[in-house]
Amino acid sequence: MYNNNMCEAAKLLNMIRKYDFVMVELNLYLDTHPRCQNAIAYFKKYKELRARAYDEYTTKYGPITFTDSNPVDCMPWVEGPWPWERGAD
Amino acid sequence: MWTYEKKLQYPLKIKKCDPRMAQVIITQLGGPDGELNAAIRYLSQRYAAPYDEVKAVMTDIGTEELAHVEMISAMVYQLTKDLSVKQIKESGFDKYFVDHTTGIYPVDATGNPFTAAYLQSLGDTISDLTEDMAAEQKARTTYDNILRLADDPDVKDAIRFLRAREIVHFQRFGEALRITQDNLNAKNFYACNPAFDKNCGNRKGRG
Repeated sequence: MYNNNMCEAAKLLNMIRKYDFVMVELNLYLDTHPRCQNAIAYFKKYKELRARAYDEYTTKYGPITFTDSNPVDCMPWVEGPWPWERGAD
Repeated sequence: MWTYEKKLQYPLKIKKCDPRMAQVIITQLGGPDGELNAAIRYLSQRYAAPYDEVKAVMTDIGTEELAHVEMISAMVYQLTKDLSVKQIKESGFDKYFVDHTTGIYPVDATGNPFTAAYLQSLGDTISDLTEDMAAEQKARTTYDNILRLADDPDVKDAIRFLRAREIVHFQRFGEALRITQDNLNAKNFYACNPAFDKNCGNRKGRG
């Protein structure tokens, strides 16, 4: 992968992280306020944004969960760097 | 069940090796108020939770704690990467090194291994949730102490994120406790245990 691509992948993964964080927060709030319509509206909005970024990332750069893998000759799930390594995005 | 996501909850880029800091931070992996302790506590307590909101809060916060176990482990891993023997001796990391090399093992800051004796799962909803609220505050204080000792902005940034999560979790457990009390007899919350006694705590027709 070229450096430019790495940079794009990192940016996109960070967008997914941000959307995921918003959704984690909303989900925890909805756990104790399951009928809050404001939170539900936000949840729906971020679910869509997250899905778009997630599809783009997993299509272009590789799986986030193993079920995203599209193996041809080699299973892409195995390929590093793994998240705890310094070189990971 | 659980599925692994191949990313950290919050990005981590620690460039500077610091085995002394690693020994402090590792307490949030295997120490008395650490993330592993929190995850096992909530994910064990949830089976006795009588209300759906409480089950949801314990499941979701317990799951997030697993992501924090990974973040703390990754921090310790990065802080101890490519250590020289000289650095190991000078930093006091030698006592950890002799038992674990630079592998990640759940201990507190003084090397005591993780124990389930740190946590309780009492099968009483008010007791369990009150312990959970205390646990979140104790973890927040531990992160405050780590911030007092840390210099590296890369370390401080990630620790601040984890500290903020403790405050949010405390709030949600507080709401879970309020929901539980709303289902109980307002004149005596302790008249019965909704996780055990029949026909207790179903004021809204739940439980």
